[in-house]
Amino acid sequence: MTGNSQSKFRAVVVGVSSGGVEALKQVIGSLPGDFPLPVMVVAHISPEADNGLALLLDDLCAIRVKEADELEKAAAGTVFLAPPNYHLQVEKDATLSLSVDPPVRFARPSVDVLFEAAADAFGPALIGVVMTGAGCDGSEGLRRIKEAGGIAVVQDPAGAVADAMPRSAIEAVVPDYIVPLERIAPLLVRLATEP
Amino acid sequence: MDPEELFDIEMRLLLNGVRQVYGHDFTDYSEASIRRRITHWLATSGYGTLSEAQASILRDREAFDSLLRSITVNVSEMFRDPAFFQTLREQVVPHLKTYPFVKIWHAGCASGEEAYSLAILLEEEGLKGRFRMYATDINNEVLQNAQEGIFPLKEMQKYTRNYQLAGGRGTFSDYYLARYEHAIMTKSLRDQIVFASHNLAVDSDFGEMHLILCRNVLIYFKPTLKERVLRLFDTCLIPGGFLCLGLKEALDGRRIAPRYAETVPKMRIYRKSYDREQSE
Repeated sequence: MTGNSQSKFRAVVVGVSSGGVEALKQVIGSLPGDFPLPVMVVAHISPEADNGLALLLDDLCAIRVKEADELEKAAAGTVFLAPPNYHLQVEKDATLSLSVDPPVRFARPSVDVLFEAAADAFGPALIGVVMTGAGCDGSEGLRRIKEAGGIAVVQDPAGAVADAMPRSAIEAVVPDYIVPLERIAPLLVRLATEP
Repeated sequence: MDPEELFDIEMRLLLNGVRQVYGHDFTDYSEASIRRRITHWLATSGYGTLSEAQASILRDREAFDSLLRSITVNVSEMFRDPAFFQTLREQVVPHLKTYPFVKIWHAGCASGEEAYSLAILLEEEGLKGRFRMYATDINNEVLQNAQEGIFPLKEMQKYTRNYQLAGGRGTFSDYYLARYEHAIMTKSLRDQIVFASHNLAVDSDFGEMHLILCRNVLIYFKPTLKERVLRLFDTCLIPGGFLCLGLKEALDGRRIAPRYAETVPKMRIYRKSYDREQSE
């Protein structure tokens, strides 16, 4: 359930803030329904939001999109969104877990919290993606992913709605790929399916 | 061996030692959260590695207390999830009012934000003097704060908004006194809450309860410990009693689930059946 035996990766994690809804529509919307890895997403949204974003994306996208539930297995071919006002984490057995620990750099859910937990859980078998956003959430997490041997993908700041988050990520690590938004999904498909 | 793997080994050794020496069992806590909290504690502790810290933690109660405080701090806010509190007010309190006296267990109360929220709500619904709330937590330091009922004044604006969204009938500022940078909850609220130390992982029950509130605590536990705690709650709740969990904590699939019905969808307010036949 936690990935494809042909892939050397076990999961993708994505972090996005301002401009996130459009970016997610583009990237998640371009993933095939049988994408061979689980995708976990932290998008900064209002703590009072409901699961509307998950429902919207699920309608628009070929791949299944849902709000993450605790104890749920991170199954391939599914995108799990962090619930509003909870941190999303993943355990070593690929079970999702939630926490209400304090916001990290004013964010709950926090991209760093997800990325760090995922780096611990999946080590080199992880792809981390930082996209448009203000602030610097995700930079520390991406650094941890690189340290653990994973792959770092950053949206090209030049085309981002808000360029601070991708710029900060590029300062924190040397990304494996810096690509424009529309090339992120094809890149993920290629990485996930190449042996 | 990579440093993360080594850290995990050290963490397991330490938690095993802590269980044997102090009886506090964290081995059934979700690893991602506990790892995050221990990492945070280590960074501020002055020790380079967990192995270095272990000698002090196992031999020096004060060093252990510092770790314990740091890894068991939960945070909340007043009227977190206003829709939940509104539902509680409209759908649960009318049932509670049919009893001459109402006993409530608020498990994992942390620094008391939700305990005071609930006390305010019950007062406004006419239950003043007719209820007793037992608010418990594993962390004695946060309990002390909870008992004092002192909160940062800067939070009050947000809490006021939550209170109003939750269907508050009065003026939120009537429930506290502002002093310098702090807000002190009124004595009449504090008097109806009994704060006590309780460890859900090892301690036993509290006697018969009409309502148990335990929100966003079980999400930190592995399934075995979740089941243990839910069974404890089930033992305490009277038939027809209510169990309130966090909005992302469903009872589905848990062993006690057949005896409970969700009163309002999505609000995670469960009512225990009157039917004894459904008991295990």
